[in-house]
Amino acid sequence: MSDSSSMIRFDGVVKRFGDHVVLRELDFSVAPGEFVTLIGPSGSGKTTILRLLMTLEHVNEGRIHVGGECLTHMPKGGKLVPANEKYLRRMRKRIGMVFQQFNLFPNMTVLQNITEAPIRALGLSKGEAEARAVDLLDMVGLTDKTTARPSQLSGGQQQRVAIARALAMRPEVLLLDEVTSALDPELVAGVLKVLKEIASTTDITFLCVTHEMQFARDVSDRVMMFDQGQVIEEASPEKLFTQPDHERTRAFLHAVLDRA
Amino acid sequence: MSGDYSYIFSSILSGLDATIEATLGGIALTIVLSFVAGLAMLSSSRWVRFVSRVYVEAFRGTSEVVQLFWLFFVLPALVGFKLIPLFAGIIVLGLNHGAYGAEIVRGAVQSVPKAQREGAIALSLSPFQRMFRVLLPQAVVEMYPPFNNLFIQLLKSTALLSFISAGEITEKGELLRPVYGSKLVFIYGVELVWYLLLAVLITVVMRFLERRGARRLGREPAVRKRRRRVSQKVPDTTGAGL
Repeated sequence: MSDSSSMIRFDGVVKRFGDHVVLRELDFSVAPGEFVTLIGPSGSGKTTILRLLMTLEHVNEGRIHVGGECLTHMPKGGKLVPANEKYLRRMRKRIGMVFQQFNLFPNMTVLQNITEAPIRALGLSKGEAEARAVDLLDMVGLTDKTTARPSQLSGGQQQRVAIARALAMRPEVLLLDEVTSALDPELVAGVLKVLKEIASTTDITFLCVTHEMQFARDVSDRVMMFDQGQVIEEASPEKLFTQPDHERTRAFLHAVLDRA
Repeated sequence: MSGDYSYIFSSILSGLDATIEATLGGIALTIVLSFVAGLAMLSSSRWVRFVSRVYVEAFRGTSEVVQLFWLFFVLPALVGFKLIPLFAGIIVLGLNHGAYGAEIVRGAVQSVPKAQREGAIALSLSPFQRMFRVLLPQAVVEMYPPFNNLFIQLLKSTALLSFISAGEITEKGELLRPVYGSKLVFIYGVELVWYLLLAVLITVVMRFLERRGARRLGREPAVRKRRRRVSQKVPDTTGAGL
C-alpha cells in the first residue's frame, strides 16, 4: 500500500527490550476507517505495537507512518532523524488510546478527565470542551456521572469514561489495548457495546488488541494473527476464525475458544 | 518564689514570636526550594539535574551550624553587609531543609504509577502539563507525612539560632541560666513543652491536609483504615480470651 492509502503503516519495524527481540522486521498497514484486530499469544508483542504507535516506546529500527506522515522520525536538514518531543506531540493528536487499566486521572472529576486535554492540548474553550464531553458521556451512558470521581465508578464505567476521554480529542486512529481484560465479566458487554457503536458510526481507524474473540469477529474488518514478533496470518474474521491456514493460528484459537 | 517562675515563663514566652517566625519562614523557603530542586532532579536536562544534585549534597552534607556561621559571620566579612539574625536563620533553615525536601518531592513524583504519565502522553499533554496537571497533584498526597517530619525537624533546628542571637526561646532560656541556676529543670522544661506544642500543631495541620488530599484522590485516609482494622480485630481477641 502506498502512503496516501494507508492510515497506519509499519515498515521493517524492529523492537528489542535488551536482548529480547519483540518485533522482528514487522510490516503491515491499516487502511483509513478500517477496524483491525490483533490476536495471538500473550507476550507476542501485540501491545508493543500499540505502545509504539502511541509513542510510549520507540522503535530500534524501521519506520512507522500515521496518516501518511512519519511518526518515528522527522525531517531535519534533508534527512530523517528521530522525532523530538514537539514533533511527537503534534503527531499524538491524531492518535488516541484506551488502556487496559483505564488510566483515568484520580485528581479530576469525570468531566475534567474528558475536558482537560481538549482544553490544554487542542486549545478548545472550556464551554466547547464541556459540550463535547457531555455529548460523549451521553453516548457512553454516563450523563449522571459528570461530577463523580473515577474512584466512585465501577471498572466498566471507568473504561467508558476513558473511551469518551480518548474520543474527545477527535483522533483519526484509536488504539484499544485489551480494554476489557481488567473488568469483571458482567461489565464487559457494556463496554463492548459502546465500542461497536463507535466503530459503526465513525470513520475512525481502529487497531485493537483483545482476547474477546466474539467481539473481534463482530466488529473487525480484518484480523491479524501475531506470534513471535511477526504477523503469521491475516484474513477476514469469518475466514480466520473458521478456516485458518496456519497451524499455529488453529492451535491458538483452539486454546482460546476451548477455555471460553 | 512564684515571681521567679512567672518571670522565667514570660521571659521564655518573649522568644516564642521569633521561634514561630523562624519556623514559618523556614517552612515557606523549604517548600519552595524542595519543589524547585526536586523537580529539577527529574529534568531531562543533565545540567539541570547536576546543579540540583550539587545543591542537595552540599546542604545536606554539611553542618547546619557551620552554614549558619558562614552566612552570619563569614559572609559579612567578605561582602561587607550583615543580615539581621532572624533573616539569616530563615535562609539557612530553608536552604538546609529544602535539600532534604527535594528528595521527598522527587520520590513522591516517581511513585505516581507510570500509567498516569502514559495516560497523559496519550492525550497529547506537554511535559509541563503532565507534571503540573496530572503527576504533581497526585504526588502531593504522598509528600505530607515526610514533610511533616521535616517541618518538625526544622522547628527544632530553630534552637540553633540561639548561636546568632535571633531572640528565640532557646536563647531566652540561656540568658536566664546564669541568674536562675537553681531552676534549670523549670527553664528547660518550659522550653521542651513549647517545642512539643508547636510540633503537635504542625502535625495537626499536616494530617488535616493529608486527609483532605487523600479524599480528593478518592483514597481512604490511612488513619481510618487502620482504625477499622483494629476494631475488626477486637471481637477476635476477646473470643480467643474466652
